Amino acid sequence: MKPYLREKAPKTLSEILEAPAYESGYLVTKNAGWRNIRPVINADKCVGCLQCYLYCPDGVIYKDGGKVAIDYDFCKGCGICKKMCKTGAIEMEAEK
Amino acid sequence: MSVNAKTLNEDEFFYGHKACAGCGGSLAVRIALKVLGERSVAVLPAGCMSAVGFNFPQLCFGNNAIISTFAGTASMLTGVEAGLRAQGITDFHAVGFAGDGGTADIGLQALSGAIDRNDDILYICYDNEAYMNTGIQKSSLTPFGAKTTTTPAGKNIRGNLRPKKNMFEIVAAHGIPYAATASVGYLNDFMQKVEKAAKIKGTKYIHIIAPCPTGWGIATDETVEIAKEVVDCGLWYLAEFENGEYKLNYQPKEFTDIESYLKKQSRFRHLTDEDIETIKRSRDAKWDAIHNNFKIN
Repeated sequence: MKPYLREKAPKTLSEILEAPAYESGYLVTKNAGWRNIRPVINADKCVGCLQCYLYCPDGVIYKDGGKVAIDYDFCKGCGICKKMCKTGAIEMEAEK
Repeated sequence: MSVNAKTLNEDEFFYGHKACAGCGGSLAVRIALKVLGERSVAVLPAGCMSAVGFNFPQLCFGNNAIISTFAGTASMLTGVEAGLRAQGITDFHAVGFAGDGGTADIGLQALSGAIDRNDDILYICYDNEAYMNTGIQKSSLTPFGAKTTTTPAGKNIRGNLRPKKNMFEIVAAHGIPYAATASVGYLNDFMQKVEKAAKIKGTKYIHIIAPCPTGWGIATDETVEIAKEVVDCGLWYLAEFENGEYKLNYQPKEFTDIESYLKKQSRFRHLTDEDIETIKRSRDAKWDAIHNNFKIN
C-alpha cells in the first residue's frame, strides 16, 4: 500500500492507541515546502524510459500513460530526475 | 527475466518520509521494498531511515515496519521470522535496513548470531559511511581520510586515520548462504540481488553504498552519479558471495580518476597528494586481492 495523506492527525493522547503500534502509511504532512526548485517534465521530449521514476529517492514520479508525472506534494526538488533524464525532458524551475 | 524499471512493482512502500533531499539511503530502502513487495516486514534500528520514516503520526512505511533497538536489528528479524512461522505464515520476507554504524559497529554481534543460526532473514546495510542522522560521526565504515565531526581535518591529522572495515567479507567469512555488495548508482544490479536473495532460504546480507549529500558534502542531485563513480574509480566493487565462492559482478574497463571522485566531496577536500596516493595504493592492493580470490566473469 502506498502511504497517503489522511484528513485527521491525532492530536490528543486519547486519540492515540495504547499499544505502541499504529496504522501503516499514515501521512499527515506534505514535503512540498522543502523545495525551492521544482522539476517540470516536457511531455514532448519524454520517451518513458522510467529512469527518473527508478532513481527518485522519494518515489514521487509515477507512470502516466506511457510517460511520467510528478506528485508535487512530496517532491523535495533534489534534482536527481533531471540528471537521470537522457533526453533532457526534465528542467528544474524556481518555485515562486 | 529479472526485474527492471518497467516491470518493478508500481506501488510505493516508503513514501512521504523526511529524509534529506537526494538521500541515497531512502532510495535503497524504497527500491528494496518495491522488489520484495507488501508482504515484507521491515525492521529498522536507530538510524537515518527510522528517524525519517517514523515521525509519529507521519508513518511512511506502507508495509509492516518496526523500530528495533540499535544493536538488535538481526535478533528482532529472527523473532519476526520465528513468530510468523509459528503462526503458519509463509509468504513474507523479514527484511532489515540498518545503517553502517548499526551494522558494522553496534549491530555486528546480533548479525553474527543470526548468520550462525542461519535464520531466514534478509539484512540490508545502507552504507552512508558515517553516523549521519546524529550529525556525521565516524563509524567503522567511514573511509580513510574522510572528515567527520569526530575525525576533523586539522594540520597534523587529516580526517579519519583508519581504513573502511570490509563488512562484506566479514559476513561472507561466516559461510553465509548469500552476501552481496551493491550501489545506489547501479540499481538494476541491486534489484537483481534483492530478488535473488528473496528466493534463497537462510540468512542473506546485502551491503549497498548509499551516498549522503549532507555528510559527504555533495549537491543533492549528485547522489546517483557519485554512487556510480565510487564503483567506477575502484573504491567500491559489485560482488556476490554464494556457495562459498566470491564472484565479481562488474569490472570497470579502466578506473576513473580517484582524485576527481574525492575532490567532488567536501569531506575529502583537505586531502594532500600524499593521502590520495595512499588511497590509490590501497585500492590497487584490494583489486589485486580481488583478482586472486574472486571468480571474474
